[in-house]
Amino acid sequence: MQPINSNSYIAPDLKETWEASAQTIANRIRLRVLEHTLRHHGGYMSQACSTAEMFSALYTRMMNLGTVEVPIVPPPFNGVAGARNPQYKSGGYYNGPTGPQYDRFVLSPAQYALVLYATLVEVGRMDPQGMTQFNQDGSIVEMIGAEHSPGMEAMTGSLGQGLSQGAGIAMARKRRGDSGKVWLMMSDGEFQSGQNWEAVQAAGFHRLDNLWAVVDVNGQQCDGPVATVMTLEPLAQRLSAFGARVITIDGHDLKALAQAAEISPEGQPTIILAYTDPCRGLPLLEKRVPKLHYLRFTDPEEFAAYETFYHDIRSEWGGTD
Amino acid sequence: MAILSRVHAKNLVRWAKDKPEVLLLSADLTSSTEADLFQKTYPDRFLSFGVAEQNMVSWAGGLAREGFIPLIHTFAVFIYRRAYDQVAMSVAYPNLPVKFFGFLPGITTPGGASHQAIEDIALMSALPNMTVLECADATDVESVLEVAYAINGPVYVRMLRGEIPRLFPVTEPMRFGQPRVLSQGEDITLFSSGICTEEALRAIPVLQQRGVSIQHVQVSTLKPFNGVMAVSMAAQAKVGVITMENHVIHGGLGSRVAESMAEVGLGKRLIRIGLQDTFAHGGSRPYLMRTYSLDAMALIAQVEVLMGKCLEINPSELSTAYLTAVHSEAKAEAL
Repeated sequence: MQPINSNSYIAPDLKETWEASAQTIANRIRLRVLEHTLRHHGGYMSQACSTAEMFSALYTRMMNLGTVEVPIVPPPFNGVAGARNPQYKSGGYYNGPTGPQYDRFVLSPAQYALVLYATLVEVGRMDPQGMTQFNQDGSIVEMIGAEHSPGMEAMTGSLGQGLSQGAGIAMARKRRGDSGKVWLMMSDGEFQSGQNWEAVQAAGFHRLDNLWAVVDVNGQQCDGPVATVMTLEPLAQRLSAFGARVITIDGHDLKALAQAAEISPEGQPTIILAYTDPCRGLPLLEKRVPKLHYLRFTDPEEFAAYETFYHDIRSEWGGTD
Repeated sequence: MAILSRVHAKNLVRWAKDKPEVLLLSADLTSSTEADLFQKTYPDRFLSFGVAEQNMVSWAGGLAREGFIPLIHTFAVFIYRRAYDQVAMSVAYPNLPVKFFGFLPGITTPGGASHQAIEDIALMSALPNMTVLECADATDVESVLEVAYAINGPVYVRMLRGEIPRLFPVTEPMRFGQPRVLSQGEDITLFSSGICTEEALRAIPVLQQRGVSIQHVQVSTLKPFNGVMAVSMAAQAKVGVITMENHVIHGGLGSRVAESMAEVGLGKRLIRIGLQDTFAHGGSRPYLMRTYSLDAMALIAQVEVLMGKCLEINPSELSTAYLTAVHSEAKAEAL
C-alpha cells in the first residue's frame, strides 16, 4: 500500500472555468477528509461528502473574503479569552482581514470543523500541517471547532447559538453601514433547537438582509436520519413563515450555489436550503446508512475497503505525490 | 431616609446620552425594567426581541464583537435560568462586554418561584470572565452603570427598580471591588449585600444600644470578591461573623466569605443568613423576608446566637423599613 499522504496537491488550474476548479477543490476536500479519517481510524466523513461543494463554493465564489498571503500554520493553544490573556484572538484571520466590504463567516455546527479545515487547506488559507494538529493535545485545530480554531469567528459548538450570534454581527454591521454580508454555514439538525427559530423570527423582524445562511440539508444527525429523530419538514415553508427568504437548491450543484448567493437583498435574511447526499462521492458510506454522523472503523475489512477506495480515487480527485 | 422613584429609568437616559455605542436589548419587559424612558428617548438604540432570551443573549454577543455595548434588560431569572448556555458560550467565553441587568433579585417580587432569582449569584459567579455586582440602594443604582461600563468584559448586575431608598450619600458611589464600611465594632463582623443591607441598618442601632459592637460591611462586588479585605475584617471580630443576603446561602456572599476565611485558616464562627436551600413563594417583600428569616429580626436572632444571650428586642424598637406598596405608581405591574 502507498502511504496515506497528500501534503503536495497541485494547485487548481486557473485557466479552468470556476466551476471546474471549484469541483476540483470539492473533490480534494473529500479526499483530504477521507485521508484524515483513514489515518485516525475515524472522522466526520459524511459531513465532507455532503458539503464539499458547499464549502468549495463558499470559499471560492459565494463569500467575498480578504486574502491570506501565505497559508497559515496554526500556532499552539495560547489560552482562552480573558483579562489575563491580551494575546488572544479568534480564528477569524484565516478568513482574511476584516473590512466593511468583506463578508464574514460563522460556522454554526462546529462539528463540521474538519471539513472547514480541509477547505482552508485547499483554498490556500491554512498550511497542510494544520491537519496533522487535528485533535492533538495543545492544538487549536480542535475536533469540535472553538472560536480560536482556524476559520472560526464565534463560539458555536452548542447547537442553536450560531445564527443568533451571526445576526448580532449582521445588525452591528448594518448599523455601521458595512456593505459586506455575514454568512453562516448551518446544518439541518440544528433547526430542532428553539433558539434558531427565535433568531429567524428576530432577523426577519429587524430586516437583516445582510444575513445569509447556507444549510446542509443532509437529513442526518447524531442519532440517525432527521426524519426519525425529529422531523423538520417542510423546512422551507417553516422558515419562510418565520420571516426568512428561502431558496432551495441541490447542494452539490456548484452553479446553483453560486447563483443563490447572487440574488439581491430584499429586506429579509436569506436561507439557502442545500439538499445534499451524505454519501456523495463515497459510495462505501451507503453501507453505514442510517448511522452516518461519525465514521469509526472497527472492522479491518471495512478499513481496507476505504483504503483501497482512497488509492483508487486519489489521482482522479486531484491528489498527486 | 429619602425614597426615590424610577431611579434607573431617569439615570440610564442621562448616562447613555453621549454613548452611541450603547444599545438596550429588551425581551418584552421594557417598562418592567425601567427601560421605557430609554426606548422613548433613543428609539433607534432600543432593540426589541420578544419573549426569546436565548436569541437575545447570543445576539448581544454578536453586537459586542462589533464594538457595541449591549445592555440586556430583563428579569434576573430569565437571564441565567433560560439562557445560561448562551451567556456562557456566546458572551462569557469570548469575554465580550455585554452588560446584564437582572431585575427582581431574590424575594423582591411577589411573582413567586418562577420570577424569584434566588441562585443567580452562584451561577453567574461560576462563569469565568463574568463580573457580578449587586445594588443595595438608589446611589448604587445610579453608579453601577459606570462601574459596569468600565469593565472590559461581561457584567451581571442585580438591579433594583421602583421606589428605592437612598442609603448611601450620592458622594459615595459604588466602587468596583471596594466594600463600604457602614459601622465599626469588635464583637461581630457583619457582611451584607443588596436589600439585606437596609434590614441590617434597621437592626444595628438597637443592637448597639444593647451593648453589641458590630462592624457592618456592605458588599456590592460579589465577583471578583475582595477576599483579602473580607478576611481582614472578619479577623477583627471577637465573637463571630455573620453574612446576610437575599439569595440561597450556597454560592453567594456567605460562601465567598467562608471560602476566604478557610483559605487563610481563620477559625471563627460564621452564620450565613439567606435562603436555606429552599425555593420561596409568592408574597409581599416584608412577609417573605420574615418567613424566610432575611430581615432585621432574623439578624437579631443570629446575633443572639453568637452572643449567647437573649437581647429582648421588640420589633417595635426597630426603625421603620421602607415598605413599597404592592401596587405602586413606580411599577408597571404588581410583579
